Amino acid sequence: MPEPLLQVRGLHMQFPLNDTLTRRARRAPLEVLRAIDGVDLEIARGEVLGLVGESGCGKSTLGRCVVGLYEPTAGEIRFEGQLLSASRERTTRRRMQMVFQDPYSSLNPRMTVRQTLGELLRVHRMVAREQVDARCNELLELVGLSAQALDAYPRQFSGGQRQRVSIARAIALDPDLLVADEPVSALDVSVQATVLNLLEDLRERLGLTMLLIAHNMAVVRHVCDRVSVMYLGRIVETAQTEELFSNPRHPYTQGLLKAVPRLQPGRVSEAVAVEGDPPSPIDLPTGCRFHPRCPLAQDVCRREDPALSAPGGGGPHHLAACHFAWTAPPPAHAPEVHVDSAP
Amino acid sequence: MNDPLLEVRDLRVEIPLARGVVHAVDGVSFSVGAGEALGLVGESGCGKSMTLRAILGLLPRPAEISSGQVMFGGIDLVAMAPRPLRDIRGRSISMIFQEPMTALNPVMRVGEQIAEGPQHHLGQSRRSARARALELMRMVGIPDPVRRARAYPHELSGGMRQRVMIAIALSCSPQLILCDEPTTALDVTIQDQILKLLLSLRKETGVAVVLVTHDLAVVAETCDSLAVMYAGEVVETGAVGDVFRLPRHPYTLGLMRSVPDFDVVRDSLASIPGTPPDLVSSFEGCRFAPRCQFAKQDCLAGTFPLRVAPGGRQTACIHDEECAEAARRDPVVSSA
Repeated sequence: MPEPLLQVRGLHMQFPLNDTLTRRARRAPLEVLRAIDGVDLEIARGEVLGLVGESGCGKSTLGRCVVGLYEPTAGEIRFEGQLLSASRERTTRRRMQMVFQDPYSSLNPRMTVRQTLGELLRVHRMVAREQVDARCNELLELVGLSAQALDAYPRQFSGGQRQRVSIARAIALDPDLLVADEPVSALDVSVQATVLNLLEDLRERLGLTMLLIAHNMAVVRHVCDRVSVMYLGRIVETAQTEELFSNPRHPYTQGLLKAVPRLQPGRVSEAVAVEGDPPSPIDLPTGCRFHPRCPLAQDVCRREDPALSAPGGGGPHHLAACHFAWTAPPPAHAPEVHVDSAP
Repeated sequence: MNDPLLEVRDLRVEIPLARGVVHAVDGVSFSVGAGEALGLVGESGCGKSMTLRAILGLLPRPAEISSGQVMFGGIDLVAMAPRPLRDIRGRSISMIFQEPMTALNPVMRVGEQIAEGPQHHLGQSRRSARARALELMRMVGIPDPVRRARAYPHELSGGMRQRVMIAIALSCSPQLILCDEPTTALDVTIQDQILKLLLSLRKETGVAVVLVTHDLAVVAETCDSLAVMYAGEVVETGAVGDVFRLPRHPYTLGLMRSVPDFDVVRDSLASIPGTPPDLVSSFEGCRFAPRCQFAKQDCLAGTFPLRVAPGGRQTACIHDEECAEAARRDPVVSSA
């Protein structure tokens, strides 16, 4: 297998919640929110990896760590095999770009599209000064906006058009990796489709590698080659898209898929897909972090944190972090198969 | 069929702005039978939330109802004085809002907020209203209600807050609940819990529901019938199964095609070209015509009110047969 474009190892991101002088004076314990709690991830060149999970599971934080907006607490991020440090060179930053969820707040309201794009092109010396305008035009054409849009301010655009401007801004620097954080969830359905199609089209034309962060399973199924499911700061399952959707092994993935409302009228089951609320990332449960909501939970799940594991003998194509991912749903006495030795 | 529980007739809502009058709701009619669940679907700005708020006289300033009737139990709510309307609001018709954090009172314990309705509308004593609140909290699946009743909204999760909202809506045993995007702010697994809860409560109490949403799949799973709105008008109504199987308005068809279907993966998603019109302008011809793949010369002039289509449905499209034919050739839902 060729070297992956992006490689994340043992990533941790913690946010201190009460790191104040008063707390230090009182010698009270420091509370931390573990947004990412040990994540490994690989994306091959040209691949689209989907990262799904519910709000607060750490998926956006992970995306932000990758592009360097956050400095991770621990772990390493490698790009083309090279370890990235916290302070990145401009040339490295250029190669990873991000599209944000909310096109209303992620564009500077006081800059025209020309200024927004032009600034980038000049700072990163992408083209000669006199070619900046031509390149701006080209970029707009790539994302399906007319050249008239160049002198408009963000407020003059609809949500879908703004998201196109955001995408133009992200691809202006010819990135290798595009991190798209919920790029369509703020948009209307009919507009969502056009933006998703645009991303697919750009991916083909520019040979982009993508990390698509989303909570909409249907969107992920349409766009991604491979999908990782996150729960409370961990990846609990990774597989090729079709494999994940047809053969989910982690009970959380199974519940997540069951919970998605379908277009077919009148095929509702009475049973709730996943009971309860996600626990707080400040006070994580012991053992498997899904066990309080898991229908399969056994004693071992309360004690031991399962690591990502592949089925016996198989390659690392389908990984799931469940004690019972690769064995039949346990009867009363479950065999302890995958014991996690890591702390 | 006997009289519907709620009948909206030719409702118009106008918002006077500096740049002109926005016709947010422009002649909307639909009816909901007792115990029925109607989905009101459309994209943002189509007037679905405005319609819902107009029913209970809860329009945000400066929006106003300019004409139309809202018949509920033989009375026109539009013509009603504010005081008697207050007696209906929360008692016979209640509402569930999208964002429970902003709809709930942040400085009042949730138990008291639930007890407020029974005390005010049903004249219950504080004690019995409190007991009722606990019973309702149990009913909507809030664990440990005695303790949770003393909590403030910010101490609860999003799903729990929405359960509190539902408990408030149910507190006076209304005949009709209006839901404005009740699950849009929630995660999928929580959305699933809340939708299932609404379904089971409907079965238990026989309450009728009008559900405003942009999510067709939510309608497919929870409603009996639906009304599709576009640019301030209802363009199609019918039973959920029928409309999904054979949409008879090109907008409905386009909307259904553009949703990434969970079960069928297409190479590329269909989308509706163009953008919805500005509702300040006056219209000539069909409002959807500029974006419509079936538009012909005769779509460009005249008005297009809802008319009866085969199967007891209504559509505003005059070329609905062509639209239905397209849906027959390439079904919208994989196995309806």
